[in-house]
Amino acid sequence: MQRREFIQIVGAGAAATALGGCATTEINAKGANVVVIGGGYGGATAAKYVRKFSNYTADVTLIEPNQNFISCPLSNLVVGGSKQIEDITVSYEGLRKNHGVNLIKDSVVSIDVSKRQVTLAGGATLFYDRLIVSPGIDLSYEKLPGMLKPNAQEEVLHAWKAGPQTVALRKQLEEMKNGGVFAISIPLAPYRCPPGPYERACQVADYFKKSKPKSKVLILDANDDVTSKAALFKAAWATRYAGTVEYRPKHALSDVDVKGKTLKFEFNDDIKADVLNVLPPMSAGKIALTTGLANMNARWCEVDFLTFESKVAPNVHVLGDSIQVAPLMPKSGHMANQHGKTCAAAVVAILSGVEVNQLPVYNNTCYSFVSPTDAIHVSSVHQYDAQKRTMLTVHGSGGLSAAANPLEGEYAQAWARNIWADMLA
Amino acid sequence: MKKTMKKTWVSGWLSGVFITLFMMSVGVSAQPLQVKQWASSCFACHGTDGYSEGGMASLAGQKKSDLIEKMKDYQSGKRVASVMHQLSKGYSDEQIEAIATYFSALPHQKPAAKNK
Repeated sequence: MQRREFIQIVGAGAAATALGGCATTEINAKGANVVVIGGGYGGATAAKYVRKFSNYTADVTLIEPNQNFISCPLSNLVVGGSKQIEDITVSYEGLRKNHGVNLIKDSVVSIDVSKRQVTLAGGATLFYDRLIVSPGIDLSYEKLPGMLKPNAQEEVLHAWKAGPQTVALRKQLEEMKNGGVFAISIPLAPYRCPPGPYERACQVADYFKKSKPKSKVLILDANDDVTSKAALFKAAWATRYAGTVEYRPKHALSDVDVKGKTLKFEFNDDIKADVLNVLPPMSAGKIALTTGLANMNARWCEVDFLTFESKVAPNVHVLGDSIQVAPLMPKSGHMANQHGKTCAAAVVAILSGVEVNQLPVYNNTCYSFVSPTDAIHVSSVHQYDAQKRTMLTVHGSGGLSAAANPLEGEYAQAWARNIWADMLA
Repeated sequence: MKKTMKKTWVSGWLSGVFITLFMMSVGVSAQPLQVKQWASSCFACHGTDGYSEGGMASLAGQKKSDLIEKMKDYQSGKRVASVMHQLSKGYSDEQIEAIATYFSALPHQKPAAKNK
């Protein structure tokens, strides 16, 4: 039998099986180059799963400037002092060793969509068949003049990208006097990790209660109300942290006096505090801004939810916190992980010439710690709506914890172990 | 025309053999990408391919009927959970069946990594 004939027969077999409604469609992406920008929850997952779903036929290169992955989820426990930065740090090595992903420690400075090339800061140029862009968020300080002064951003931290700033914020809290005030400013939604600021307030309050009991936590929220798990967080502040945490909504930040340690607001009185933590407005990651992928208000990237392909750049897929989200879709690590796998399946289908999944279904489970041990969650299931061409939550699914409890704290830790392995091991 | 017909006949006859061998040899890797995407939505908490890293149930290698029954019991509230009663309600009978088929086709013990 000639090789060509054999392929035809196997091909016919595959077609017959597909018609019969049982398994197989031939997956083969041999020779295809997939380049992934960014090794966070979205990008690392996509890199692993393009390899896995293509039965290890596609070549995958992950470009990430950091030596190790450091998790944003659980990083508030480092700020609160119940975990160390090492506890939330995972090597990228598993992606290379276990999945054959090429790792390049660098960052991308430009994307040439017509030539299908990316250029790295180090000068190298890489060709791609499909590009997956998962650059997380960029922090926008343009409307806060005081934050643009020299060293301002080293003094007033965001700690909203886990890493050196997480450790530095912890140090500021340790150096603060007993009786001091920690003030956290929250931007208008959408921003990365809706419940994150409120979780951070809980962790800092727990630390103060144990080590600096005269100190206070002040939450200054630009939004009209707590944006996620509102009743559960308010219950924690009213019971566990009564007298320590104060929540003030409708506090839109207009400027920061860094030397005077003062927050200035559009409509409210100035507030002076000992440690300022400013979460500025956020947008898609920088490379998405500079390349024009962020087509929605020059802020977020619009995608086709079947493939995560950009609405403005062919062969380029965007996922994670950078996208213009579907209704009720949070900007969370868990969600980025789900984007990563859905995008990977679509990219493998396209490269193999088989039909893209027309009905993606995935979920979000987001835990927040209200103390070092007790946690709460919000969950949801999202399914593609062919008419509206977006992801919608499935009616009747999802929900919240009844109350904070230590069992959910254990599940939250287990969630982290499992999702980190799902991305990186 | 004659040649085409003959080829079709041969293809039809051989395809059954090939499909059987193919399915036996590659197991879940031959499942459609749609099922892989659905099943992989469970991996974030339950580990890649349902091999848990601890603290969550391992789903790999469980009996298909058991997996389906558990999901039904989460949906009805018969089985108490912190999260699964909420997530189970987001998946259709067809999706649950396909996902259960995926996990039940895997060996109970995690195989060594293959990256080639």
